[in-house]
Amino acid sequence: MHIIVCIKQVPDSAQIRVHPVTNTIMRQGVPTIINPYDLFALEAALALRDRFGGTVTVLTMGPPSAEDSLRKALTFGIDRAVLLTDRFFAGADTLATTYALAAAIRKIGETFGAPDIVFTGKQTIDGDTAQVGPGIAKRLGLLQLTYVAKINTLDLEAGTIEAERRSEGGVQVLQTRLPCLVTMLEASNEIRRGGMADALRAARAEIVKWSAQDAGVADIAKCGLRGSPTIVKRVFAPPPRAEKATMVDIAGQPPADALIAHIFQRAPKLEAELAALARGY
Amino acid sequence: MIDERFDAIVVGAGMAGNAAALTLAQRGLKVLQLERGEYSGSKNVQGAILYADMLETLIPDFREDAPLERHLVEQRFWMMDDRSHVGLHYKSDEFNEERANRYTIIRAQFDKWFSSKVREAGAVVLCETTVTELARDAYGKVIGVRTDRRDGEIHADVVVLAEGVNGLLGTRAGLRPPPRPDNVALAVKEMHFLPRETIEARFNLKGDEGTVIEAAGTISRGMTGMGFIYANKECISLGIGCLVADFQATGETPYGLLERFKQHPSVAPLIEGSEVKEYAAHLIPEGGYKAIPQLYGDGWVVVGDAAQLNNAIHREGSNLAMTSGRIAAEAIFQVKSRREPMTAKNLALYKTMLDDSFVIKDLKKYKDMPALMHIQSQNFFLTYPQLVSKAMQNFLRVDGTPKKEKEASTLRSFVAARSWLGLFGDAFRFARAWR
Repeated sequence: MHIIVCIKQVPDSAQIRVHPVTNTIMRQGVPTIINPYDLFALEAALALRDRFGGTVTVLTMGPPSAEDSLRKALTFGIDRAVLLTDRFFAGADTLATTYALAAAIRKIGETFGAPDIVFTGKQTIDGDTAQVGPGIAKRLGLLQLTYVAKINTLDLEAGTIEAERRSEGGVQVLQTRLPCLVTMLEASNEIRRGGMADALRAARAEIVKWSAQDAGVADIAKCGLRGSPTIVKRVFAPPPRAEKATMVDIAGQPPADALIAHIFQRAPKLEAELAALARGY
Repeated sequence: MIDERFDAIVVGAGMAGNAAALTLAQRGLKVLQLERGEYSGSKNVQGAILYADMLETLIPDFREDAPLERHLVEQRFWMMDDRSHVGLHYKSDEFNEERANRYTIIRAQFDKWFSSKVREAGAVVLCETTVTELARDAYGKVIGVRTDRRDGEIHADVVVLAEGVNGLLGTRAGLRPPPRPDNVALAVKEMHFLPRETIEARFNLKGDEGTVIEAAGTISRGMTGMGFIYANKECISLGIGCLVADFQATGETPYGLLERFKQHPSVAPLIEGSEVKEYAAHLIPEGGYKAIPQLYGDGWVVVGDAAQLNNAIHREGSNLAMTSGRIAAEAIFQVKSRREPMTAKNLALYKTMLDDSFVIKDLKKYKDMPALMHIQSQNFFLTYPQLVSKAMQNFLRVDGTPKKEKEASTLRSFVAARSWLGLFGDAFRFARAWR
């Protein structure tokens, strides 16, 4: 079995700041991390490899420094890492990104064996679109399972997979055919800590680096900024909220009653509306 | 347990560990470096000033790509009382040289760069890997380390302990006692961000020039300690530290000292309007020569802060760390080239070489200073700064008092505070400790 996991190196959003004057994101000096949602994809892939054997390849597109993220993925026990890096890829939106990644996945298939499953995180924390996983599936003609919380069964002989998909208001249990693409939901598992042998191997591993040409990207015009119809019109930091948390002195009353009294005191209109509603019952 | 063997395992990726790992790798040894942080520098805290000379020995062309902040052209010493400071400033255009002598740096960035050089030299660097204990053979010889990773035992001919001031590993292994509270200072530091131009205007700097302010006096409230203010490119490092024993005895808090230091009328305008982005705390070895533990043994050597190699008087530490790391590596290389085992007897070469370097010579020179500063802390950090400040004010304030009377009253204030015997005793003890 061959699994490919797509990851993205992102700025650590906990430490990011927006420039007060220019409104641009200040990336300088902000540490980078593996997109947290992708960690669930990595662990899901490793767990399947533990049970069914095979290899896991991790793929990312990014600047040369994205190698750090790949090396980190290798310390978890991933078998192989591919870095898709080329100045033609810079400034890509999700359409251009999926175009390049789909080409690279095809190339990985030709070079290291066709994948049975392609994993991604449900979305990234810097773009937040959740479009790249489904986009890749569409371009490669893969069946897709999105927002997956759990993989129940995998039958390699029959070529089927059954997974639990979280949806609004419930859980869907879905079965589909392989090969497929799975986007993993947060908190679906916990990334393992690789052993000493994994860490040593990761420190020395040769990362496969592909340019657009190496990856067999057919049309450069569909890559990077040129291939991106999305235009960022404006970036701005939302104004800080004026409301502050307040401490309410409940003075021995039941807390809920005290809080409601406190809220109604400040919002008499709300009280009137709720009272009108209550009369309806 | 990993089958693969290394010539040397370096524990820690601070200044000492990186210098050791780099030198060992440059000499062609098979080196494994283990660091508990996410990357080299992620857990390392320093003021921080880089001393170029020692780094140049390791990486001659470091200025080409190392992340340096400002080169220092000025040093200010401030003796402070609650509302004043008496300063000794030295600024020289001669420090504006092509190969500047001292730089301010930000360790998180610098150490990352340093670590990349270690990797380039051929060492295997593993981060997020904590060494939990030393592995020993039946005779007690150190033969490797155990880590917190699965199957995490790994062996080498020699282990270089560059684990930092706490030295938990060596302490746990019984190689040395834990640092005593009167031999370590606890320092806290903040990074205050301001626009470049603002920093340059406030400190009277042009271009990449930098300045350092070291401050002592009533800011430490009678405890043995110092404050510092370093100008980086777009931020100011500001901090204060005192002996742990003094914090214990007085119940003072580090953050309390830092807040007071920041509010001092000489300091507040320098950082006004800044944004604090980082808050860090760290222990600093201050015990000097007399606190240096056993430096080597069967299969191990200890370097840097873990070996308490810090010159508190000159505020030098990272250079002693780098030099001890390099010298330990040179000694290991020599033993290895002679095809001899890494026994205590052979590794004694490290101590011989270190004794012969500025590291031990400087620490020996000030061997009595830490004790003097600690025992006499009330005088040196409270009484004298106040007396000197009053004397300066008396000297400068024009109020119709005849100068002779002014001088006499200043002298009386000194004698009243310390007595003639005390004054001469302090001067004598200070001179003797400095010698």
